[in-house]
Amino acid sequence: MTRLNHRFSGLAGSLVLAAGLVITAQAAAAEDAVAAGKKLAFDRKKGNCLACHHIEGGSLMGNIAPPLVAMKSRFPDKAKLRTQIFDPTKANPRSIMPPFGKHRILSDKEIDLVTEFIYSL
Amino acid sequence: MKKIVTLLLSAGLVATATQAFSSPQEDLQKFRTYFEQKFPGMKLDDFGNGSYALDESKRIQWESMEEFPPYDEFVDKGREIWEKPFKNGKSFASCFGSDPSKVRVKYPHWDSKTQQVVTLEGDINKCLKENGEKPFGWKKGPIAWLSAFFGYEARGQKINVKIPNDPKALEAYEHGRHFFYAKRGQLNMACADCHVKYPGHFIRGNLLSTALGQTTHFPVYRAKWAKKSKDGDGMGTLHRRYGGCNKQVRARPFKAQSKVYRDLEFFHQYMSNGLTINAPGYRE
Repeated sequence: MTRLNHRFSGLAGSLVLAAGLVITAQAAAAEDAVAAGKKLAFDRKKGNCLACHHIEGGSLMGNIAPPLVAMKSRFPDKAKLRTQIFDPTKANPRSIMPPFGKHRILSDKEIDLVTEFIYSL
Repeated sequence: MKKIVTLLLSAGLVATATQAFSSPQEDLQKFRTYFEQKFPGMKLDDFGNGSYALDESKRIQWESMEEFPPYDEFVDKGREIWEKPFKNGKSFASCFGSDPSKVRVKYPHWDSKTQQVVTLEGDINKCLKENGEKPFGWKKGPIAWLSAFFGYEARGQKINVKIPNDPKALEAYEHGRHFFYAKRGQLNMACADCHVKYPGHFIRGNLLSTALGQTTHFPVYRAKWAKKSKDGDGMGTLHRRYGGCNKQVRARPFKAQSKVYRDLEFFHQYMSNGLTINAPGYRE
């Protein structure tokens, strides 16, 4: 019995450890997505968000559009933020913001990453 | 009730009708008022100084550049072209008249015979062809130098484009106007987005200029073009700039002197009527 108990607690221990690893791995993946999204957002040939928006850590930033801060309160729904990046003409047909998804300036995957980054601001 | 509906309907119709038939004169008035309200107190001619009129430190840098302007040598080259006789013994004066200061202000204009917009650069090459000479390239080099010389000689005169009351001329104007306000390219931007809606704002490190006054200083010497050329020649025509703008919004540029760009120039220059010619200009 004690042997069994011992075995059981050992099993439980590895389960907890495994779960912990999964959570850490997820957090790391999310961090990676934010970092990859930032790279795309700052790249002149990709998102080039700094052409018009102020983003912390950027340089030579434009001031045509609102600074990208407090994004979670401005876009509680991440999907809406993604839509705004994918096709801003949906919210405002005359918007000067390029439709990054609709005009395939960025791929779907790249838009996901940029959304993660902007959402983190 | 019925009366009100009819009234509203007819009011709507009237509004639509006037919108469709707003005259160039009305457009010009609205255009100018818009910019005057956006930049209160700015002198009309200062709009011809582009972004340098909108930022004090940029203006100071630009004014020091203007003390020994890099375009001077190209104005001189333009003068040499003007003075040099063709192989047949005639010269550009046979096409443009003997006074080079009276040329620039005539362009662009509507030609009722050919039913199209005629530009200064178009007539430069037409003159060469008619005299058995090889025409110049359209965007830079000798055509820009000669155009810069005509601009320099015309400094102080006012832009005075006339849109005749001819349905075809109005159609060309309307095409140009539509091009100016229409979104284009992968980036989905109109000329008006940057230069009507957001002049005075920065796009990256560049300060956006006002559409009002943009044509007074063309052709221009651009530092960016000078850097690209082997011999530091930064001169370029208005249509060279149109092509560059179109590329920047990732649209396929039209050919310099194509109907599309000539119609655009017709509208674009007309909108700066009454502003003083200060060509050639220096730009970043």
